[in-house]
Amino acid sequence: MNFSIHPLLLVTFFPLLGVLILALIPGERKNAIRWVAFVTTLVTFALSLWVLSQFNPGVGTLQLKLDQPWVNLGGVEIRLQMGVDGLSLLMVLLTTFLTPLAILSAWSAVKERVKGFMILFLLMEVGMLGVFLALDLVLFYIFWEFTLVPMYFLIGIYGHERRIYAAVKFFLFTMAGSILMLLGILYIGLQARTFSYETLLANRQVFLGVSQWLFLGFGLAFAIKVPLFPLHTWLPDAHVEAPAAGSVILAGVLLKMGCYGFLRFNLPLFPEASVYFAPLMAVLAVIGILYGAAVAFSQKDLKKMVAYSSVSHLGFVMLGIFALTSQSVSGAILQMVNHGLSTGALFLIVGMLYERRHTHELAAFGGLWKVVPVLAAVSLVVTLSSMGLPGLNGFVGEFTILAGSFLPSSALGSPWYAGIATLGVILAAVYLLVMFEKVFLGPVTQVENQTMADLNWREIIILGTILVVIFWIGLYPKFFFDLLQPTVDNLVKVVRSAAGLP
Amino acid sequence: MTLSDISAILPLVVLVGWSLLLLLADLWIPAKHKGWTAILAALGLLVSLGLALLQIGAVQVALSGMAVVDGFGTFFNVVFLASGLVAIPLAYDYLKRMKIERGEYYSLLLFSVAGMMLMAYAYDLIVVFLAIELLSIPLYVLAGFARPRVDSEEASLKYFLLGAFSSGFLLYGIALVFGATAHHDLLGITQAMAAGKGIPLLLLIGASLILVGFGFKVAAVPFHQWAPDVYQGAPSPVTGFMSVAVKAAAVAALLRVFVTAFPGLSGHITPVLWGLAAITMIGGNVLAISQSNIKRLLAYSSIANAGYLLMAFVPYGSSGQTNADVIASSLFFLVAYGLTTFGAWAVVVSLEKVEGKGLELDDLAGLGRKYPWLALSMMIFMLSFTGVPLTMGFWGKFYLFRTAVEGGFVSLALIGLVTSLISAYYYLRVVVIMYMKAGEPEVVADRWVRLTAIAAAAAVVLLALAPGPLLHMAATAFMRLQ
Repeated sequence: MNFSIHPLLLVTFFPLLGVLILALIPGERKNAIRWVAFVTTLVTFALSLWVLSQFNPGVGTLQLKLDQPWVNLGGVEIRLQMGVDGLSLLMVLLTTFLTPLAILSAWSAVKERVKGFMILFLLMEVGMLGVFLALDLVLFYIFWEFTLVPMYFLIGIYGHERRIYAAVKFFLFTMAGSILMLLGILYIGLQARTFSYETLLANRQVFLGVSQWLFLGFGLAFAIKVPLFPLHTWLPDAHVEAPAAGSVILAGVLLKMGCYGFLRFNLPLFPEASVYFAPLMAVLAVIGILYGAAVAFSQKDLKKMVAYSSVSHLGFVMLGIFALTSQSVSGAILQMVNHGLSTGALFLIVGMLYERRHTHELAAFGGLWKVVPVLAAVSLVVTLSSMGLPGLNGFVGEFTILAGSFLPSSALGSPWYAGIATLGVILAAVYLLVMFEKVFLGPVTQVENQTMADLNWREIIILGTILVVIFWIGLYPKFFFDLLQPTVDNLVKVVRSAAGLP
Repeated sequence: MTLSDISAILPLVVLVGWSLLLLLADLWIPAKHKGWTAILAALGLLVSLGLALLQIGAVQVALSGMAVVDGFGTFFNVVFLASGLVAIPLAYDYLKRMKIERGEYYSLLLFSVAGMMLMAYAYDLIVVFLAIELLSIPLYVLAGFARPRVDSEEASLKYFLLGAFSSGFLLYGIALVFGATAHHDLLGITQAMAAGKGIPLLLLIGASLILVGFGFKVAAVPFHQWAPDVYQGAPSPVTGFMSVAVKAAAVAALLRVFVTAFPGLSGHITPVLWGLAAITMIGGNVLAISQSNIKRLLAYSSIANAGYLLMAFVPYGSSGQTNADVIASSLFFLVAYGLTTFGAWAVVVSLEKVEGKGLELDDLAGLGRKYPWLALSMMIFMLSFTGVPLTMGFWGKFYLFRTAVEGGFVSLALIGLVTSLISAYYYLRVVVIMYMKAGEPEVVADRWVRLTAIAAAAAVVLLALAPGPLLHMAATAFMRLQ
C-alpha cells in the first residue's frame, strides 16, 4: 500500500488547499487573502517544477501515469486517469507560471470582493491543470466544462461595463461546443466500452467508420475555444470585458486548451479524418491569420486590438498543427507557449495602463515614452516578441511553424498555405508597431497622461519575469524543443502512419 | 389478507395508520403548539422509512399478486419517504408566516406519501389507479391550502379538474387493457399476450391511454398546461414536494407498468415516446426562457426534466439489459433531480413574503453579497439543473444520455443536449441576477429552510465527487419481472 500522493494529483489539486484557507479568512482582510492566493500558486508552480524534474524528456509517451477506479456507469468505467508528456508538461508549466503573475497583477486592480476573486482564480487553476493532465475522456470533459464556471464569474462579476453580456456569451458559446464533444465521448466510450484514452487509442478501429463525424464533434468544441475563424466572435467580447488578470489567463491558458484538445484527442484518435480535414482547417487558420490581423489593425480599443491579434496568432498554431510535420507541430506547441507569454504580457500592460487611466481607448494615450520610460521599454520588447523579431520567442515559434508547413511532406499538399500565412507576419508587424506608436511615441496629447506613474516594483517583477522567459526561448529554445521533440515525433509518426502518409 | 401480506407492505400499513391517528391527535394539539404535529408526522415518516430500509433485498409478491416488494419499489419508497421528510421543515415556519398553520397539512402530506408508496408496491392496474388517487387527492387539498388566496384556490381547482380528467384517461385505458387480455394484474397481461390470447390493437389503445394518464402526472408536453399555474399558486413547500415526489411516483408507475406489462408493445410505443420526450424537452426549456417569476421558472424546468426522464425511457423493452439501464439511470437521475429541486424550492420558500411577494427574479438581485451561503447554494442548484460537472445534475443527465445513446437514439440525445444548452440561458439568468446585479433582497430568517438548502447543496456537490455508492444502489434496484 502506497500512501504518498501522486505528483500529478498533488499539482492539480493543490490550489484547493488555498481555497480552503481562503474560505476561513474573513473577507475584510484583503492583504492576507492576496498573500494566501499568491503563495498557493507559487507552491503550485514549484510542484510543477518537481513534476518536470521527475519527467524523462527522452521518452515520447505518457509518463507518471495515475490510474484509479472512480465511477462505474452501467458497466463502463470512468477512471481517474492522468499522465504527462512533453505537450501537457509545457502547458502545465505555462499555467502554473502565469497564474501567480496574474494574481500579482490583480493586487491593486481588484479592490472589491477580493476573496471571491482569489477563490475563483484558484478554482480556475485546478480546472486548467486538470484539462491538461486528464487522460480519461469523461474526466477530461469534467475539467473542461468546469473551467467555464470560474471564468464566467470572473468576467461577470469583476469585468467592465458590458460584463454580463460577455460572460453569458462566453458560457453559452463554449457550452454549445462541448455538447457535441460530450455526445462524441459517449458514443466512442460505449462502442469501445471504455473511456480511457490509451485503451481507446489501441481500439481506434471500433469507431473508424464514423471518425469523420467524431472529428467534427470534438473539433467544434476545440475550435470554438482556440478560436478558429469563424467561431471567434465570443473572444473579443470576453477579452474586452474581463478584468486584466482574467484576460491574461483567458489568452494565456484557456485558448491553449483548444489547441491542446486537437493535439491530444483529434489527431491521434481520428488520424484519417485529421488528414482528410487538414486542408479545411488550414484554410480557416490562414483566413484567421489575415482576418485577425486586419481587424486588429482597425481597432480603436487597445484591448480589442490585442484580442484580435490572438485570433491571428492562434491561426499560426492551427496551421502548424494541421501541416502535420514534426517541425510544424513542435513549432505550434512552442508558439502556444509564446503566445501565452507575449499576449499575456500585452494584456498585463493594457491592464496597467487601464489602472492608471481607466480606459482602453487608443486615442487616450500617446507620447507615453517620455512619461513612463520603463513601461514603454518593456512594452517595446513585448511588442517585438509578439511580432516575431529574431532573438525573441515569437520568431522561433513562427519560423518553425512556417518552415515546417512549407515542407513537401506537409499534410496540406501545397506550400501556398504557409506562403499566404507568411503575409500575416508582416501584417502583425504593421498593427503592432502602429499600436506602439500610438500609445508610446509622439507628443503627450492628453493632460492626464503627463502625471502618469511609471511601473512600481510589483509590476516590474511581473513583467520582468515574463521578459526573462521571452529572451530565454528566443535565444536558447533548445531546452524547450528537447522537452517536446520525442512527444511530437511520436505523435506525428502515429498519425502519419495511420493515415497512410509517408 | 394474511399476516404475511401485512408484513410485506408493513411500511405502508404503518404510515396509513399513523396518518389516521395523527389526524385525530391533531384535534387535541392546541393551535399554539402545532410544532408537535410536525414532529409526530416526521416521526411517522421516520418509522416507516426504517421499516422500508429493512426491506432492502427482499423480494416478495403479496395480496394475491396485487402488490410486490422488490428493489425497485424499495428504492422508490425511500425516495418518497425522504421527500416527505424534507417537506416538513420546509413548511413548518412557512405555514406560520403565511398564517395558514393548520395541522391537516401534515396528515395530508402523510396520506399523499402513502399513496406514492402504494404505487411503488403496485403490481396490478387497479392498485395503480388507487395509488394515483390516494396520492393526488390530498395534493388537491394541499394546493389550495393557502386559501383564501385566490391563486392558491385556482391552483387547487385546476389541479383537481385536470387530475380528474387524466384519471379518466387512465381508467379507460385500464378498462381497454382488461378487455384486451381479461387481466388487470401486470404479469397476467404479459402472459396473456405471450400466449396469443389477447387482442393486440385493443391493448395498444389501452396502453396509449394509460400513457396519457401518466403523461399528465409527470407533466409531459402536451399534457403539462396545469403545471405552471399549479406550481405558482400552491404554497411553495407543497410545490417543492409535488415537483419531486409526484414526478417520482409517476415515473415509478410508468416504469413499472410499461416494463412489466407492455414490453411487447415497445416497438409501437417507442416512436410515440420519442416524440413525447422530444417535445417535452424542447417545450419545457423554450417556455422557461421568458419566465420572470421564479416559481414559474422552476415549474417549466420541472417539465423539461420530465422530458429528460422520458428520453431515457424511450429505448425500453428491447432487451433485459436495456431495461436495467433505463431503470437504473432513471432512479439515479430522480435522486439528483430531487436533491437539486428541493434545494431550489427551499431557497424560494425563504424568499417568499406574504401574498406571494418576493418571487420575481429581480427580487434575487444582490443575494450573492448579502446572503453568500444561500446564494452559493442556489448557484449550485442552477448549475446542477444545467448539468455542469461536479454537480449531481451532471451525472444524472450524463447517465440518461448514456442510456439513450446506448439504446441507439443518438438524435434524441442530441436534442436533449441542445435543449440543455437552452436551459443554461435561463438558469444562468438566475445566477447573473444573484451575483451581478445590485439589490437589497430580503430573506426570511428560517433556519430549518436554510439548513435544508445548504444541506442539499452540499449533497449535490459531495455526492458528485463520489457517485459510486448511489450508482450502485440504482443499478441493483432491480424490478421483479416474472
